[in-house]
Amino acid sequence: MNTKVNIAGVEWKNPITTASGTFGSGMEYSEFVDLSKLGAVTTKGVAAIPWAGNPTPRIAETSSGMLNAIGLQNPGVDVFLDRDLPFLKQFDTNIIVNVVGKTTEDYCKVVECLADSDVDMLEINISCPNVKEGGIAFGQSCTSVEAITKEIKKYAKQPIIMKLSPNVTDITEMARAAEAGGADALSLINTITGMKIDVHKRAFVLANKTGGLSGPAVKPVAVRMVYQVANAVNIPIIGMGGIMTGEDALEFLMAGATAVAVGTANFINPMATMDILKGIEDYMMKYRMEDIHELIGCVK
Amino acid sequence: MTATFKKSVTITSVDKLSIDIYSMWIQDKEIVSAAKPGQFLSLYCKSGDRLLPRPISICEIDKKNHALRLVYRIAGKGTEEISHYTVSDRIEVMGPLGNGFTLEGKKAILVGGGIGIPPMLELAKQLSCEKTVVLGYRDVTFLDSEFIPYGQVYISTEDGSVGTKGNVIDAIKENKLEADIIFACGPTPMLRGVKAYANEHGIKAQLSMEERMACGIGACLACVCKSKDTDHHSNVKNKRICKDGPVFYADEIEI
Repeated sequence: MNTKVNIAGVEWKNPITTASGTFGSGMEYSEFVDLSKLGAVTTKGVAAIPWAGNPTPRIAETSSGMLNAIGLQNPGVDVFLDRDLPFLKQFDTNIIVNVVGKTTEDYCKVVECLADSDVDMLEINISCPNVKEGGIAFGQSCTSVEAITKEIKKYAKQPIIMKLSPNVTDITEMARAAEAGGADALSLINTITGMKIDVHKRAFVLANKTGGLSGPAVKPVAVRMVYQVANAVNIPIIGMGGIMTGEDALEFLMAGATAVAVGTANFINPMATMDILKGIEDYMMKYRMEDIHELIGCVK
Repeated sequence: MTATFKKSVTITSVDKLSIDIYSMWIQDKEIVSAAKPGQFLSLYCKSGDRLLPRPISICEIDKKNHALRLVYRIAGKGTEEISHYTVSDRIEVMGPLGNGFTLEGKKAILVGGGIGIPPMLELAKQLSCEKTVVLGYRDVTFLDSEFIPYGQVYISTEDGSVGTKGNVIDAIKENKLEADIIFACGPTPMLRGVKAYANEHGIKAQLSMEERMACGIGACLACVCKSKDTDHHSNVKNKRICKDGPVFYADEIEI
């Protein structure tokens, strides 16, 4: 059975990675999961300097989902290179670093710092809804998506994955803009901006007032967007949004994603990535499929 | 590093202690062998739309019978669901999580406020030094009689119906309690008061913190608290309550 996929020239042993921000740099989860069994590990967002993130409460549970407003807390690229990257290199998996910044220069600086490192791919976060500067601000107009993609490509030595926001009128326009800017792949969706109010306290639950909705609640939106984008561009897609089971992952693959990322599910079950991979393999066995490519984009 | 297990365990006893306060014993050899006072378990709801586990502190550990007691308050739909479970039901749990209390000191005051009282019970059992217990409630008391075998128990209630009228610090002052260390778990304003009191008297304090959590293992960075110095892991002044805590020395954190 072949589960290998190729994303922008990088071979993955299987189509499973982790959604940025849900897996740290893998250290905490390595007690539960053999990271070498993942197609790739996608890290939490890494900025040029340490970021403290938002005040607490940073999360709230909602029906079949959760809101988060962590605010991209991270130790900065230097600590990532000194501590997290050597840790990840112990495992036989691809390393995808999620890159965040407040300005185009910030993003380029991180990309430049990582250019000669042992990182396999870079995922550019232009879709975080929880920071006042940067993040989503770059991901909501075609002009800025194309411009930042082009600029980052000047510095990048690894393939660039642009991570798109669902908080737009037409995600296919953003996808085309990223492709036009030279993106090697796309990942979608980031979280959907939401809000929860505590009626007893008559106050917002999150200190940030708004947060990003993730989990099974967003999956139908994510599958629809992956399908639309797959039909709009010619670069590979990493699909994500509420994947909890192998069947959920299969929906994304069938909609046209070449790989999938597991996010919120990691919080509920630290072994979720392995269960989902097994779910895909069991499905292929059940339907006597030789190659995962028979499934990718099979629903037209 | 302590071992963490995620598994389905059997509920062996369920009791309602007070309005919205429930006690539950579960049985599991591995989890109980690893458990320490001040640690917590993540409890999973059966209802599929409530995704996140509920972090609940460990109230008692019975190593001989491989049993562990959790006392919790109904704070929402998840804990409400759990309160309906009965003896011999199974519940999915992960733990033990976090670092517990460090057993130290010659003369200790154990301070619990509201639903921060349960973890103080196992601590009271395991802490061998001289100790007094101060429990703070809004009005109705619970678990207080179970502390009696381990030390003199003082109570404060906001309405003054039992013990000192006021908060735990009022009770400490009224009874002129002395110690070289305070162990405390409770709402943040109470912990802030304990920290200030300990600071004023030049004594150590271990504080058990609470915050909304998602993963419970230190990855999601939801449950952070402000730290005095730059934290080794975050490289900013944030510590993870689930992984680096939930118990911190008062002088490590800003509250």
